[in-house]
Amino acid sequence: MDNLIIAGKTYSSRLLVGTGKYKDFAETRASIDASGAQIITVAIRRTNIGQNPGEPNLLDILPPSEYTLLPNTAGCYTVDDAVRTLRLARELLDGHSLVKLEVLGDPKTLFPNMVETLKAAEILVKEDFQVMVYTSDDPILARQLEEIGCVAVMPLASLIGSGMGILNPWNLQIIIDNAKVPVIVDAGVGTASDAAIAMELGCDGVLMNTAIAAAQKPVLMASAMRKAVEAGREAYLAGRMAKKFYSASPSSPVTGAISSSSKDRAA
Amino acid sequence: MLKTNTSPNALMMQVTLNGQPQRFDTTLNILQLLDYMTLQGKRIAVERNGEIVPRSQFGEQMLADGDRLEIVVAVGGG
Repeated sequence: MDNLIIAGKTYSSRLLVGTGKYKDFAETRASIDASGAQIITVAIRRTNIGQNPGEPNLLDILPPSEYTLLPNTAGCYTVDDAVRTLRLARELLDGHSLVKLEVLGDPKTLFPNMVETLKAAEILVKEDFQVMVYTSDDPILARQLEEIGCVAVMPLASLIGSGMGILNPWNLQIIIDNAKVPVIVDAGVGTASDAAIAMELGCDGVLMNTAIAAAQKPVLMASAMRKAVEAGREAYLAGRMAKKFYSASPSSPVTGAISSSSKDRAA
Repeated sequence: MLKTNTSPNALMMQVTLNGQPQRFDTTLNILQLLDYMTLQGKRIAVERNGEIVPRSQFGEQMLADGDRLEIVVAVGGG
């Protein structure tokens, strides 16, 4: 079996999905089921004081017994906020230590602040968190995050929520070639072909949210993404043919075609 | 917003709850606070003055004037 292994745990799906931006919990659940994802990200937020006591909880819809929940630090701009958020997440999820670290640097672009990310990663690894880390697509930073002890590096394909696809496949290729931990493209995927391209490059997985949630038909897009990730992975494993700009080589036999001229046409 | 006693002799206590100042004129522990907030039994986590409060200690830790509390839940996110 071709499985994804993160921090010693085996997953058959290489598609990781977020749980934000859906119109309701029913759509969230249906999309996640269609995606086949086993690892799903959740955010940690303050309770609304005085909220409706009957309000459903995300964890009732997506129970930790069925999925590997990946609490994130979305919205955190400092080391302190990110670390505190994940300590709360670990308490909330009964000691579950697999987390997604992201420390943002700019509210307009949601570009990560890599200086703060490196510091937060060090603290979290020392506290025995298993850190999957959102990073810019800089191969040196990705290597440093791996050296710190992160269990997966997750470079952006393009900016969070942008749907711009893979802007720098060359950087991703360098990160993939050098990494000994799983490389998961996180952010920027817009449609199924983007996910397939990421997998064809040799990424170990793809994490997305908006590409599914903001599609006209999220459940159908979730299914498309599942297939794209599987197709891209198989294409990567199969090993693509060499690209040739110009070297005619027909797929059908070059001899024996009927012809009004007396000689076979060389192809 | 939260139900409190209105005894004139009661000690006023102010805590910062999820960034909002809240006044209480009764002593209470974290479990009682969650009860007031109709959060008891819900999947939440509590941080008090920067430190995680394990669920097992909710009934033991009394709130003190000036406490800063964060009470969080999991929500949809990417």
